Amino acid sequence: MTPNVVKRPLQLNAQGQLRHFLSLDGLSRELLTEILDTADSFLEVGTRSVKKVPLLRGKTVCNVFFENSTRTRTTFEMAAQRLSADVITLNVSTSSTSKGETLFDTLRNLEAMAADMFVVRHADSGAAHFIAEHVCPDVAVINGGDGRHAHPTQGMLDMLTIRRHKGGFENLSVAIVGDILHSRVARSDMLALQTLGCRDIRVIGPKTLLPVGLEQYGARVFHDMAEGLKDVDVIVMLRLQRERMQGGLLPSQGEFYRLYGLSTARLAVAKPDAIVMHPGPINRGVEIESAVADGSQSVILNQVTYGIAVRMAVLSMAMSGQTAQRQLTSESASEEQN
Amino acid sequence: MTTLPDPAELLPQMASALARHLKTRHIDAPRFVGIRTGGVWVAQALLEALGSREPLGVLDVSFYRDDFTQSGLHPQVRPSALPFDIDGQHLVLIDDVLMTGRTVRAALNELFDYGRPASVTLVCLLDLDARELPIRPDVVGQTLSLAPDERVKLHGPAPLALERQVLAS
Repeated sequence: MTPNVVKRPLQLNAQGQLRHFLSLDGLSRELLTEILDTADSFLEVGTRSVKKVPLLRGKTVCNVFFENSTRTRTTFEMAAQRLSADVITLNVSTSSTSKGETLFDTLRNLEAMAADMFVVRHADSGAAHFIAEHVCPDVAVINGGDGRHAHPTQGMLDMLTIRRHKGGFENLSVAIVGDILHSRVARSDMLALQTLGCRDIRVIGPKTLLPVGLEQYGARVFHDMAEGLKDVDVIVMLRLQRERMQGGLLPSQGEFYRLYGLSTARLAVAKPDAIVMHPGPINRGVEIESAVADGSQSVILNQVTYGIAVRMAVLSMAMSGQTAQRQLTSESASEEQN
Repeated sequence: MTTLPDPAELLPQMASALARHLKTRHIDAPRFVGIRTGGVWVAQALLEALGSREPLGVLDVSFYRDDFTQSGLHPQVRPSALPFDIDGQHLVLIDDVLMTGRTVRAALNELFDYGRPASVTLVCLLDLDARELPIRPDVVGQTLSLAPDERVKLHGPAPLALERQVLAS
């Protein structure tokens, strides 16, 4: 199901720098740390009166969203604007594809408009890979979420949140709760946590919403909230996608909340200074109690702020890696001519 | 080959030159800003020589460099930190080695994203006299002319020492 081949060489240039950002799979701890460090610096830019740096001046970033999103789209737009890039956002679901244009043709047209970078969100796993590999290899491609596969910038903003609130990863217990099966966020989080050296990754959910093969991420599986949340430092709640309810995977919304909702009482099982995270949008009373979402342990809104800084880091790093690759290629081409 | 000076010997006369410069301009409460990394070290040593306990602002100009498209983002970029409001303030901007002037150009652009200073005074330990932009220091430790393939690197923070480097051809 998930495209695991050709990932490593595709994302990096010949010098090992990021040129596309498609998945956290195959990226080193050093590279993830570099993204977090760079994001930390961009976070400071967000506190100034002029929240803009000139790094990507004159570059065009094209957000191509084949699937609806508000938060991811706006934070990507804001990130590109704060880097001084020009930004256009296309909601392809409502434009040419409905007239029958293929993904390939849509992207080739955008490339002809001299876009320097694509941020792509698509309902199919592997869409961003496909674009980076076959459609526009010279344009930096950033995965803004593809099917059930990956949401790497969300994964990295979650890591920045954990690092800023907990200082590191190695001695933490992190629980990811809810619909793991359909969650690209859960997959990216587990990969990032594993790479960054987190030794206690737990996933909590009903059997029907847990995929097979969770061991590959070093995760321990729990079906009971009280057991799984015991003494954890970080709780990552996932959105329960209501459309899953129809598939017979869950008895009812009320039943899910009773078993896997994060209530004040359940939160008390975790460490007293545990933080509560959620990628949004939150369903109050479906997976999380309002008092918890708005409570002092919640860092849900901080995540949104960190999301802009992480996306600025990834956009600028990929643009710089892509430029370096072009130079390498043109140098070797001119050597061949001589 | 010109010998490189010892920074410790340059600092006292830089401190008095800066004091004189500020006095002629009637600036009595300047704010100090160092450019990471070497400029911060020089700024700390200069504040010490002035006997000042003023807070030091730190600029990382990585996001403002004009060679981003050629050499990419510096992997060790750190946040800038100005612990004071710069609007209407007289600033003293400090760097270690002034060469082309491009770093100072980037620093000035970054400063103006924080606000509108009343003035900016430029201090540098060494001036390599190889400007590519119309930028001129107000206070200099020493001016040197190097061969085109030579550079100078400052080691620090304590003790400060200058090292001559030859670019690989």
